[in-house]
Amino acid sequence: MGLADYAREHGLKRVGARPSLSQYIAQAWERRDFAVTFSVFSTEAANARNRLGRWWLILLPTIQAVIYGLIFGFILGDSRPDNFVPFLFTGVFLFSFFSNSLLMGAGSITGNSGLVKSLHFPRMLLPLSAVIRQFINLLPQIGLLILALLIFGQEVTFDWLALIPILLLMFCFATGLALVSARLTVHIQDLSKLIPFVTRVAFYVSGIFFSVDKVLGDYPVLLSIMKFNPIYDFIELARGALVNGYQMTPFLWWACICWSIGLLIFGLVFFWKVEERYGRED
Amino acid sequence: MAAKTKREERKPVVVVDDVHIRYKVFASGKKASGAGIRKGLFSRKLRLREVHAVKGVSFVIHEGESIGVIGTNGSGKSSLMRAIAGLTPVSGGAVFSSARPSLLGVGAVLLPNLTGVKNIILGGLAMGFSRKEINSKLDSIIDFSGLREFIDLPMRTYSSGMSARLRFSIAASRDHDILIVDEALAVGDQEFRNRSEARMREMRDKAGTLFLVSHSMKSILDTCTRVIWIEKGELLMDGEPLEVVNAYNKFVGSDTID
Repeated sequence: MGLADYAREHGLKRVGARPSLSQYIAQAWERRDFAVTFSVFSTEAANARNRLGRWWLILLPTIQAVIYGLIFGFILGDSRPDNFVPFLFTGVFLFSFFSNSLLMGAGSITGNSGLVKSLHFPRMLLPLSAVIRQFINLLPQIGLLILALLIFGQEVTFDWLALIPILLLMFCFATGLALVSARLTVHIQDLSKLIPFVTRVAFYVSGIFFSVDKVLGDYPVLLSIMKFNPIYDFIELARGALVNGYQMTPFLWWACICWSIGLLIFGLVFFWKVEERYGRED
Repeated sequence: MAAKTKREERKPVVVVDDVHIRYKVFASGKKASGAGIRKGLFSRKLRLREVHAVKGVSFVIHEGESIGVIGTNGSGKSSLMRAIAGLTPVSGGAVFSSARPSLLGVGAVLLPNLTGVKNIILGGLAMGFSRKEINSKLDSIIDFSGLREFIDLPMRTYSSGMSARLRFSIAASRDHDILIVDEALAVGDQEFRNRSEARMREMRDKAGTLFLVSHSMKSILDTCTRVIWIEKGELLMDGEPLEVVNAYNKFVGSDTID
Protein backbone atom coordinates (compact mmCIF):
# COMPACT_ATOMS: atom_id res chain seq x y z
CA MET A 1 0.00 0.00 0.00
CA GLY A 2 1.41 3.38 -0.95
CA LEU A 3 1.71 6.20 1.48
CA ALA A 4 -0.87 8.27 -0.40
CA ASP A 5 -3.49 5.52 -0.04
CA TYR A 6 -2.55 5.09 3.59
CA ALA A 7 -3.06 8.81 4.18
CA ARG A 8 -6.41 8.88 2.40
CA GLU A 9 -7.56 5.82 4.31
CA HIS A 10 -7.07 7.75 7.54
CA GLY A 11 -8.96 10.72 6.24
CA LEU A 12 -5.96 13.00 5.71
CA LYS A 13 -6.23 15.71 3.10
CA ARG A 14 -3.57 16.90 0.72
CA VAL A 15 -1.96 20.06 2.05
CA GLY A 16 -2.18 23.13 -0.13
CA ALA A 17 -4.82 21.60 -2.35
CA ARG A 18 -6.90 24.35 -3.87
CA PRO A 19 -10.41 24.41 -2.40
CA SER A 20 -13.39 24.43 -4.70
CA LEU A 21 -14.35 27.88 -5.92
CA SER A 22 -17.42 28.07 -3.70
CA GLN A 23 -15.43 26.96 -0.64
CA TYR A 24 -12.75 29.45 -1.54
CA ILE A 25 -15.20 32.32 -1.69
CA ALA A 26 -16.80 31.16 1.56
CA GLN A 27 -13.39 31.12 3.29
CA ALA A 28 -12.64 34.59 1.96
CA TRP A 29 -15.99 35.84 3.17
CA GLU A 30 -15.27 34.45 6.65
CA ARG A 31 -12.14 36.56 6.81
CA ARG A 32 -13.59 39.70 5.27
CA ASP A 33 -12.69 41.52 8.50
CA PHE A 34 -9.07 40.97 7.61
CA ALA A 35 -9.46 42.57 4.18
CA VAL A 36 -11.26 45.62 5.56
CA THR A 37 -8.92 46.09 8.54
CA PHE A 38 -5.89 45.64 6.34
CA SER A 39 -7.02 48.37 3.97
CA VAL A 40 -7.85 50.78 6.79
CA PHE A 41 -4.50 50.20 8.47
CA SER A 42 -2.51 50.55 5.27
CA THR A 43 -4.31 53.76 4.37
CA GLU A 44 -3.34 55.14 7.76
CA ALA A 45 0.22 53.88 7.49
CA ALA A 46 0.64 55.35 4.01
CA ASN A 47 -0.08 58.82 5.29
CA ALA A 48 1.41 58.51 8.75
CA ARG A 49 4.82 59.77 7.72
CA ASN A 50 3.47 62.91 6.02
CA ARG A 51 2.91 66.06 8.02
CA LEU A 52 -0.51 66.63 6.53
CA GLY A 53 -1.47 63.02 7.16
CA ARG A 54 -4.88 62.04 5.93
CA TRP A 55 -5.55 65.47 4.45
CA TRP A 56 -3.63 64.19 1.45
CA LEU A 57 -6.64 62.02 0.66
CA ILE A 58 -8.40 65.24 -0.35
CA LEU A 59 -5.47 67.45 -1.30
CA LEU A 60 -4.00 65.13 -3.89
CA PRO A 61 -7.10 64.72 -6.07
CA THR A 62 -7.87 68.44 -5.72
CA ILE A 63 -4.46 69.44 -6.99
CA GLN A 64 -4.77 66.88 -9.76
CA ALA A 65 -8.18 68.15 -10.81
CA VAL A 66 -7.11 71.79 -10.72
CA ILE A 67 -4.06 71.11 -12.86
CA TYR A 68 -5.99 69.07 -15.39
CA GLY A 69 -8.74 71.70 -15.35
CA LEU A 70 -6.34 74.52 -16.12
CA ILE A 71 -4.33 72.68 -18.74
CA PHE A 72 -7.10 70.96 -20.62
CA GLY A 73 -9.46 73.88 -20.16
CA PHE A 74 -6.89 76.09 -21.82
CA ILE A 75 -5.81 73.70 -24.58
CA LEU A 76 -9.28 72.61 -25.56
CA GLY A 77 -10.59 76.16 -25.70
CA ASP A 78 -14.00 76.25 -27.33
CA SER A 79 -14.18 72.52 -27.92
CA ARG A 80 -14.52 71.98 -24.19
CA PRO A 81 -17.38 69.65 -23.30
CA ASP A 82 -20.45 71.19 -21.64
CA ASN A 83 -20.23 71.78 -17.90
CA PHE A 84 -16.51 71.31 -18.16
CA VAL A 85 -15.49 71.39 -14.48
CA PRO A 86 -17.98 68.80 -13.16
CA PHE A 87 -17.37 66.80 -16.34
CA LEU A 88 -13.63 66.75 -15.73
CA PHE A 89 -13.82 66.10 -11.98
CA THR A 90 -16.07 63.08 -12.47
CA GLY A 91 -13.68 61.74 -15.08
CA VAL A 92 -10.46 62.33 -13.16
CA PHE A 93 -11.66 60.99 -9.80
CA LEU A 94 -13.35 57.87 -11.10
CA PHE A 95 -10.46 57.17 -13.42
CA SER A 96 -7.93 57.36 -10.61
CA PHE A 97 -9.99 54.80 -8.70
CA PHE A 98 -9.71 52.34 -11.59
CA SER A 99 -6.07 52.99 -12.39
CA ASN A 100 -4.99 52.77 -8.75
CA SER A 101 -6.95 49.55 -8.28
CA LEU A 102 -5.09 48.09 -11.24
CA LEU A 103 -1.74 49.31 -9.94
CA MET A 104 -2.24 48.34 -6.30
CA GLY A 105 -3.85 45.06 -7.28
CA ALA A 106 -0.77 44.23 -9.31
CA GLY A 107 1.47 44.70 -6.28
CA SER A 108 -0.87 43.11 -3.78
CA ILE A 109 0.70 39.63 -3.83
CA THR A 110 4.27 40.46 -4.80
CA GLY A 111 4.41 43.44 -2.44
CA ASN A 112 3.15 41.58 0.62
CA SER A 113 5.39 38.55 0.38
CA GLY A 114 6.13 38.68 4.13
CA LEU A 115 2.48 38.12 4.83
CA VAL A 116 1.96 35.54 2.08
CA LYS A 117 4.94 33.47 3.19
CA SER A 118 4.11 33.40 6.86
CA LEU A 119 0.35 33.07 7.12
CA HIS A 120 -2.22 31.05 5.33
CA PHE A 121 -5.42 32.72 4.21
CA PRO A 122 -7.31 32.99 0.92
CA ARG A 123 -4.94 35.10 -1.16
CA MET A 124 -7.74 36.90 -2.95
CA LEU A 125 -8.13 38.97 0.22
CA LEU A 126 -5.01 40.89 -0.74
CA PRO A 127 -6.16 42.26 -4.12
CA LEU A 128 -9.59 42.73 -2.57
CA SER A 129 -8.20 44.83 0.24
CA ALA A 130 -6.18 46.87 -2.28
CA VAL A 131 -9.48 47.77 -3.94
CA ILE A 132 -11.19 48.50 -0.62
CA ARG A 133 -8.31 50.84 0.12
CA GLN A 134 -8.84 52.66 -3.18
CA PHE A 135 -12.53 52.82 -2.42
CA ILE A 136 -11.80 54.47 0.93
CA ASN A 137 -9.67 56.97 -0.97
CA LEU A 138 -12.46 57.56 -3.43
CA LEU A 139 -15.06 58.56 -0.85
CA PRO A 140 -13.60 61.99 0.09
CA GLN A 141 -13.17 62.60 -3.62
CA ILE A 142 -16.84 61.93 -4.16
CA GLY A 143 -17.52 64.49 -1.42
CA LEU A 144 -15.29 66.95 -3.22
CA LEU A 145 -17.06 66.21 -6.48
CA ILE A 146 -20.46 66.88 -4.95
CA LEU A 147 -19.13 70.13 -3.50
CA ALA A 148 -17.91 71.13 -6.96
CA LEU A 149 -21.30 70.25 -8.45
CA LEU A 150 -23.02 72.53 -5.94
CA ILE A 151 -20.56 75.37 -6.50
CA PHE A 152 -21.08 75.18 -10.26
CA GLY A 153 -24.81 75.41 -9.80
CA GLN A 154 -25.84 71.91 -10.76
CA GLU A 155 -29.39 70.97 -9.86
CA VAL A 156 -29.75 68.44 -7.07
CA THR A 157 -31.95 65.66 -8.43
CA PHE A 158 -32.97 62.15 -7.46
CA ASP A 159 -30.65 60.97 -10.22
CA TRP A 160 -27.78 61.59 -7.84
CA LEU A 161 -28.89 58.53 -5.89
CA ALA A 162 -27.96 56.42 -8.90
CA LEU A 163 -24.38 57.05 -7.84
CA ILE A 164 -24.78 54.37 -5.14
CA PRO A 165 -25.41 51.43 -7.49
CA ILE A 166 -22.83 52.89 -9.87
CA LEU A 167 -20.18 52.87 -7.15
CA LEU A 168 -21.13 49.31 -6.29
CA LEU A 169 -20.69 48.22 -9.90
CA MET A 170 -17.40 50.09 -10.08
CA PHE A 171 -16.23 48.24 -6.99
CA CYS A 172 -16.99 44.88 -8.61
CA PHE A 173 -15.27 45.87 -11.83
CA ALA A 174 -12.17 47.15 -10.01
CA THR A 175 -11.99 43.96 -7.94
CA GLY A 176 -12.00 41.91 -11.13
CA LEU A 177 -9.30 44.17 -12.52
CA ALA A 178 -7.14 43.82 -9.40
CA LEU A 179 -7.52 40.02 -9.29
CA VAL A 180 -6.39 39.70 -12.90
CA SER A 181 -3.44 42.05 -12.52
CA ALA A 182 -2.41 40.41 -9.21
CA ARG A 183 -2.08 37.02 -10.85
CA LEU A 184 -0.40 38.35 -13.98
CA THR A 185 2.31 40.14 -12.01
CA VAL A 186 2.99 36.98 -10.03
CA HIS A 187 3.75 35.20 -13.30
CA ILE A 188 5.60 38.07 -14.94
CA GLN A 189 7.06 40.65 -12.57
CA ASP A 190 8.03 42.86 -15.52
CA LEU A 191 4.39 43.71 -16.08
CA SER A 192 4.48 46.08 -13.13
CA LYS A 193 6.75 48.29 -15.25
CA LEU A 194 4.21 48.40 -18.05
CA ILE A 195 1.11 49.16 -16.00
CA PRO A 196 1.76 52.92 -15.81
CA PHE A 197 1.74 53.01 -19.63
CA VAL A 198 -1.44 51.00 -19.77
CA THR A 199 -3.19 53.43 -17.45
CA ARG A 200 -1.79 56.43 -19.36
CA VAL A 201 -3.21 55.12 -22.61
CA ALA A 202 -6.51 54.33 -20.92
CA PHE A 203 -6.57 57.89 -19.59
CA TYR A 204 -6.28 59.36 -23.06
CA VAL A 205 -8.78 57.09 -24.77
CA SER A 206 -11.54 57.02 -22.17
CA GLY A 207 -12.89 60.53 -22.61
CA ILE A 208 -11.73 61.87 -19.26
CA PHE A 209 -11.22 65.44 -20.46
CA PHE A 210 -12.87 65.46 -23.87
CA SER A 211 -16.23 64.46 -25.19
CA VAL A 212 -15.89 61.24 -27.13
CA ASP A 213 -19.02 62.01 -29.13
CA LYS A 214 -17.62 65.33 -30.32
CA VAL A 215 -14.11 64.18 -31.09
CA LEU A 216 -15.01 60.89 -32.75
CA GLY A 217 -18.16 62.24 -34.40
CA ASP A 218 -16.67 61.76 -37.87
CA TYR A 219 -15.49 58.22 -37.23
CA PRO A 220 -18.62 56.15 -36.53
CA VAL A 221 -16.75 52.85 -36.39
CA LEU A 222 -14.25 54.07 -33.80
CA LEU A 223 -17.06 55.70 -31.87
CA SER A 224 -19.03 52.48 -31.61
CA ILE A 225 -15.94 50.55 -30.53
CA MET A 226 -15.33 53.24 -27.93
CA LYS A 227 -18.78 52.72 -26.48
CA PHE A 228 -17.65 49.31 -25.27
CA ASN A 229 -14.70 50.72 -23.36
CA PRO A 230 -15.71 49.97 -19.74
CA ILE A 231 -13.88 52.93 -18.22
CA TYR A 232 -15.71 55.26 -20.58
CA ASP A 233 -19.02 53.53 -19.80
CA PHE A 234 -18.65 53.91 -16.04
CA ILE A 235 -17.56 57.52 -16.20
CA GLU A 236 -20.24 58.44 -18.71
CA LEU A 237 -22.88 56.74 -16.57
CA ALA A 238 -21.73 58.64 -13.49
CA ARG A 239 -21.86 61.87 -15.48
CA GLY A 240 -25.37 60.97 -16.49
CA ALA A 241 -26.29 60.70 -12.84
CA LEU A 242 -24.59 63.90 -11.69
CA VAL A 243 -23.90 66.41 -14.44
CA ASN A 244 -26.55 68.42 -16.32
CA GLY A 245 -26.80 67.63 -20.00
CA TYR A 246 -25.61 64.02 -19.75
CA GLN A 247 -27.90 60.99 -19.79
CA MET A 248 -27.83 57.59 -18.12
CA THR A 249 -28.82 55.61 -21.19
CA PRO A 250 -30.01 52.00 -20.87
CA PHE A 251 -27.05 51.02 -23.01
CA LEU A 252 -24.64 52.47 -20.46
CA TRP A 253 -26.40 50.68 -17.61
CA TRP A 254 -26.25 47.36 -19.41
CA ALA A 255 -22.65 47.86 -20.45
CA CYS A 256 -21.60 48.63 -16.87
CA ILE A 257 -23.56 45.74 -15.37
CA CYS A 258 -22.15 43.26 -17.87
CA TRP A 259 -18.59 44.53 -17.54
CA SER A 260 -18.58 44.52 -13.75
CA ILE A 261 -20.19 41.14 -13.22
CA GLY A 262 -18.33 39.59 -16.13
CA LEU A 263 -14.91 40.81 -15.08
CA LEU A 264 -15.51 39.98 -11.42
CA ILE A 265 -16.38 36.38 -12.23
CA PHE A 266 -13.53 36.06 -14.69
CA GLY A 267 -11.10 37.60 -12.19
CA LEU A 268 -12.20 35.28 -9.38
CA VAL A 269 -11.77 32.16 -11.47
CA PHE A 270 -8.54 33.38 -13.05
CA PHE A 271 -7.03 34.21 -9.65
CA TRP A 272 -8.29 31.11 -7.87
CA LYS A 273 -6.90 28.76 -10.55
CA VAL A 274 -3.34 29.20 -9.30
CA GLU A 275 -4.05 29.78 -5.60
CA GLU A 276 -1.42 27.16 -4.71
CA ARG A 277 1.24 29.03 -6.58
CA TYR A 278 1.24 32.30 -4.67
CA GLY A 279 4.18 32.54 -2.32
CA ARG A 280 6.52 30.48 -4.44
CA GLU A 281 9.77 32.14 -5.32
CA ASP A 282 10.51 31.81 -8.99
CA MET B 1 12.49 -1.31 13.91
CA ALA B 2 10.42 -2.14 16.96
CA ALA B 3 9.35 1.43 17.51
CA LYS B 4 7.90 1.59 14.04
CA THR B 5 5.44 -1.25 14.44
CA LYS B 6 4.19 0.34 17.63
CA ARG B 7 3.63 3.64 15.80
CA GLU B 8 1.70 1.97 13.04
CA GLU B 9 -1.31 1.49 15.32
CA ARG B 10 -1.67 5.17 16.14
CA LYS B 11 -3.52 7.61 13.97
CA PRO B 12 -1.34 9.39 11.40
CA VAL B 13 -1.59 13.20 11.31
CA VAL B 14 1.00 14.08 8.70
CA VAL B 15 2.07 11.91 5.78
CA VAL B 16 4.93 13.12 3.62
CA ASP B 17 4.98 11.02 0.49
CA ASP B 18 8.09 11.18 -1.71
CA VAL B 19 8.23 14.98 -1.70
CA HIS B 20 10.44 16.77 -4.18
CA ILE B 21 10.95 20.52 -4.23
CA ARG B 22 12.67 22.24 -7.10
CA TYR B 23 13.20 25.95 -7.40
CA LYS B 24 13.79 27.62 -10.71
CA VAL B 25 15.86 30.72 -10.24
CA PHE B 26 17.44 33.11 -12.64
CA ALA B 27 21.15 32.92 -11.99
CA SER B 28 23.97 34.75 -13.69
CA GLY B 29 25.94 32.74 -16.21
CA LYS B 30 28.95 31.72 -14.23
CA LYS B 31 29.17 30.16 -10.83
CA ALA B 32 30.81 32.57 -8.41
CA SER B 33 33.69 33.48 -10.67
CA GLY B 34 35.16 36.94 -10.33
CA ALA B 35 34.75 37.64 -14.05
CA GLY B 36 30.97 37.76 -13.77
CA ILE B 37 31.04 40.81 -11.53
CA ARG B 38 32.79 43.05 -14.00
CA LYS B 39 30.26 42.50 -16.77
CA GLY B 40 27.90 45.30 -17.69
CA LEU B 41 24.21 45.57 -17.10
CA PHE B 42 23.15 44.16 -20.44
CA SER B 43 25.87 41.65 -21.11
CA ARG B 44 24.92 39.59 -18.06
CA LYS B 45 23.56 36.31 -19.25
CA LEU B 46 20.44 35.26 -17.39
CA ARG B 47 20.12 31.55 -17.14
CA LEU B 48 17.43 29.52 -15.51
CA ARG B 49 19.04 27.39 -12.87
CA GLU B 50 17.24 24.61 -11.11
CA VAL B 51 17.86 23.95 -7.44
CA HIS B 52 16.68 20.57 -6.25
CA ALA B 53 16.14 21.42 -2.58
CA VAL B 54 14.28 18.34 -1.39
CA LYS B 55 14.83 14.99 -3.09
CA GLY B 56 12.17 12.45 -2.37
CA VAL B 57 11.58 12.58 1.38
CA SER B 58 8.91 10.33 2.95
CA PHE B 59 7.79 9.87 6.53
CA VAL B 60 4.66 9.42 8.62
CA ILE B 61 3.94 11.41 11.77
CA HIS B 62 1.46 10.08 14.31
CA GLU B 63 -0.72 11.76 16.85
CA GLY B 64 1.04 13.19 19.89
CA GLU B 65 4.54 13.14 18.44
CA SER B 66 6.75 16.16 18.43
CA ILE B 67 9.39 16.08 15.80
CA GLY B 68 12.76 17.75 15.86
CA VAL B 69 14.14 18.54 12.44
CA ILE B 70 17.89 18.97 12.16
CA GLY B 71 20.42 19.38 9.38
CA THR B 72 23.12 21.77 8.27
CA ASN B 73 22.27 25.13 6.66
CA GLY B 74 20.85 24.80 3.18
CA SER B 75 19.97 21.14 3.65
CA GLY B 76 16.34 21.68 2.67
CA LYS B 77 14.74 21.74 6.13
CA SER B 78 12.93 25.01 5.68
CA SER B 79 11.79 24.14 2.17
CA LEU B 80 10.33 20.92 3.47
CA MET B 81 8.61 22.67 6.38
CA ARG B 82 7.12 25.27 4.06
CA ALA B 83 5.83 22.47 1.86
CA ILE B 84 4.26 20.75 4.87
CA ALA B 85 2.55 24.03 5.74
CA GLY B 86 1.31 24.33 2.16
CA LEU B 87 3.12 27.62 1.61
CA THR B 88 5.49 26.24 -1.01
CA PRO B 89 3.96 23.95 -3.62
CA VAL B 90 5.74 20.62 -4.06
CA SER B 91 7.22 19.70 -7.43
CA GLY B 92 6.62 16.00 -6.92
CA GLY B 93 4.95 13.76 -4.37
CA ALA B 94 2.46 15.08 -1.85
CA VAL B 95 1.93 16.07 1.75
CA PHE B 96 -1.21 14.92 3.56
CA SER B 97 -2.40 16.14 6.92
CA SER B 98 -5.36 15.96 9.23
CA ALA B 99 -5.48 19.73 9.75
CA ARG B 100 -3.89 22.71 8.13
CA PRO B 101 -0.38 23.02 9.61
CA SER B 102 0.71 26.50 10.70
CA LEU B 103 4.26 27.60 10.11
CA LEU B 104 6.16 29.97 12.30
CA GLY B 105 9.38 30.90 10.62
CA VAL B 106 12.11 33.48 10.66
CA GLY B 107 12.25 36.07 8.00
CA ALA B 108 10.38 39.16 7.05
CA VAL B 109 8.21 41.00 9.52
CA LEU B 110 4.56 40.85 8.65
CA LEU B 111 3.80 44.49 7.82
CA PRO B 112 6.81 46.67 8.58
CA ASN B 113 5.02 50.01 8.47
CA LEU B 114 2.31 49.10 10.93
CA THR B 115 2.65 49.18 14.69
CA GLY B 116 3.01 46.06 16.80
CA VAL B 117 -0.62 46.24 17.92
CA LYS B 118 -1.87 46.46 14.36
CA ASN B 119 0.29 43.54 13.34
CA ILE B 120 -1.24 41.52 16.16
CA ILE B 121 -4.76 42.43 15.05
CA LEU B 122 -4.10 41.67 11.39
CA GLY B 123 -2.21 38.48 12.14
CA GLY B 124 -5.06 37.33 14.35
CA LEU B 125 -7.70 38.14 11.74
CA ALA B 126 -5.69 36.31 9.08
CA MET B 127 -5.50 33.26 11.36
CA GLY B 128 -9.28 33.28 11.51
CA PHE B 129 -10.07 35.09 14.76
CA SER B 130 -13.02 37.44 14.76
CA ARG B 131 -12.44 41.08 15.59
CA LYS B 132 -14.02 40.52 19.00
CA GLU B 133 -11.87 37.52 19.85
CA ILE B 134 -8.69 39.29 18.88
CA ASN B 135 -9.59 42.32 20.96
CA SER B 136 -10.12 40.14 24.02
CA LYS B 137 -6.80 38.36 23.45
CA LEU B 138 -4.83 41.49 22.69
CA ASP B 139 -3.64 42.09 26.22
CA SER B 140 -2.47 38.56 26.84
CA ILE B 141 -0.61 38.51 23.51
CA ILE B 142 1.19 41.75 24.36
CA ASP B 143 2.04 40.40 27.81
CA PHE B 144 3.37 37.19 26.37
CA SER B 145 5.59 39.07 23.94
CA GLY B 146 6.92 41.30 26.72
CA LEU B 147 6.96 44.22 24.31
CA ARG B 148 4.34 46.44 25.89
CA GLU B 149 6.68 49.41 25.88
CA PHE B 150 7.25 49.21 22.14
CA ILE B 151 3.90 47.96 20.97
CA ASP B 152 2.89 51.31 19.45
CA LEU B 153 6.01 51.59 17.34
CA PRO B 154 6.07 50.51 13.69
CA MET B 155 7.39 47.00 13.32
CA ARG B 156 10.20 48.16 11.02
CA THR B 157 11.86 49.70 14.09
CA TYR B 158 11.97 46.34 15.89
CA SER B 159 15.13 44.33 16.22
CA SER B 160 15.05 40.82 14.80
CA GLY B 161 14.66 39.41 18.30
CA MET B 162 11.73 41.70 19.03
CA SER B 163 9.91 40.86 15.83
CA ALA B 164 10.49 37.16 16.43
CA ARG B 165 8.92 37.61 19.87
CA LEU B 166 5.91 39.35 18.42
CA ARG B 167 5.37 36.81 15.67
CA PHE B 168 5.65 33.91 18.04
CA SER B 169 3.24 35.54 20.46
CA ILE B 170 0.67 36.06 17.70
CA ALA B 171 0.96 32.47 16.52
CA ALA B 172 0.93 31.03 20.03
CA SER B 173 -2.31 32.82 20.89
CA ARG B 174 -4.15 30.08 19.10
CA ASP B 175 -4.02 26.36 19.69
CA HIS B 176 -2.74 24.69 16.56
CA ASP B 177 -3.36 21.08 15.72
CA ILE B 178 -0.08 21.07 13.84
CA LEU B 179 2.50 23.75 14.50
CA ILE B 180 5.82 24.07 12.71
CA VAL B 181 8.39 26.25 14.44
CA ASP B 182 11.24 26.91 12.04
CA GLU B 183 14.14 28.47 13.95
CA ALA B 184 11.75 31.20 14.97
CA LEU B 185 13.23 31.32 18.43
CA ALA B 186 16.86 31.34 17.40
CA VAL B 187 17.14 35.12 17.69
CA GLY B 188 15.15 35.37 20.94
CA ASP B 189 16.85 35.72 24.30
CA GLN B 190 16.98 32.90 26.82
CA GLU B 191 14.11 34.22 28.92
CA PHE B 192 11.75 34.33 25.95
CA ARG B 193 12.99 31.03 24.63
CA ASN B 194 12.13 29.33 27.90
CA ARG B 195 8.67 30.85 27.92
CA SER B 196 8.05 29.83 24.29
CA GLU B 197 9.30 26.32 24.79
CA ALA B 198 6.95 25.96 27.75
CA ARG B 199 4.10 27.14 25.54
CA MET B 200 5.10 24.67 22.81
CA ARG B 201 5.13 21.80 25.27
CA GLU B 202 1.72 22.88 26.49
CA MET B 203 0.42 22.80 22.91
CA ARG B 204 2.01 19.42 22.34
CA ASP B 205 0.34 18.04 25.45
CA LYS B 206 -3.04 19.19 24.16
CA ALA B 207 -2.64 16.53 21.46
CA GLY B 208 -1.09 19.01 19.08
CA THR B 209 1.69 17.94 16.76
CA LEU B 210 4.84 20.00 16.81
CA PHE B 211 7.69 20.28 14.33
CA LEU B 212 10.69 22.09 15.71
CA VAL B 213 13.50 23.08 13.40
CA SER B 214 16.46 24.16 15.44
CA HIS B 215 20.21 24.17 15.61
CA SER B 216 20.04 24.02 19.39
CA MET B 217 20.32 20.33 20.21
CA LYS B 218 19.29 21.15 23.77
CA SER B 219 15.93 22.56 22.62
CA ILE B 220 15.45 19.54 20.39
CA LEU B 221 16.16 17.06 23.16
CA ASP B 222 14.00 18.98 25.65
CA THR B 223 10.96 19.21 23.43
CA CYS B 224 10.94 16.38 20.90
CA THR B 225 10.01 12.72 20.96
CA ARG B 226 11.43 11.93 17.54
CA VAL B 227 14.12 13.52 15.39
CA ILE B 228 14.46 13.70 11.63
CA TRP B 229 17.80 14.55 10.07
CA ILE B 230 17.74 16.07 6.59
CA GLU B 231 20.97 16.45 4.68
CA LYS B 232 21.35 17.69 1.08
CA GLY B 233 17.63 17.31 0.52
CA GLU B 234 17.51 13.68 1.62
CA LEU B 235 16.27 12.03 4.75
CA LEU B 236 19.41 10.77 6.42
CA MET B 237 18.07 9.49 9.71
CA ASP B 238 14.77 9.23 11.54
CA GLY B 239 14.43 7.91 15.05
CA GLU B 240 15.01 8.36 18.77
CA PRO B 241 16.17 11.90 19.61
CA LEU B 242 19.38 11.04 21.42
CA GLU B 243 20.48 8.55 18.79
CA VAL B 244 19.95 10.95 15.88
CA VAL B 245 21.41 13.95 17.70
CA ASN B 246 24.56 11.97 18.58
CA ALA B 247 24.99 10.87 14.98
CA TYR B 248 24.46 14.44 13.79
CA ASN B 249 26.96 15.81 16.30
CA LYS B 250 29.53 13.32 15.09
CA PHE B 251 28.79 14.44 11.51
CA VAL B 252 29.26 18.16 12.20
CA GLY B 253 32.17 17.50 14.53
CA SER B 254 30.90 18.90 17.80
CA ASP B 255 31.19 16.86 20.97
CA THR B 256 28.98 18.82 23.34
CA ILE B 257 25.26 19.23 23.34
CA ASP B 258 24.16 22.85 23.55
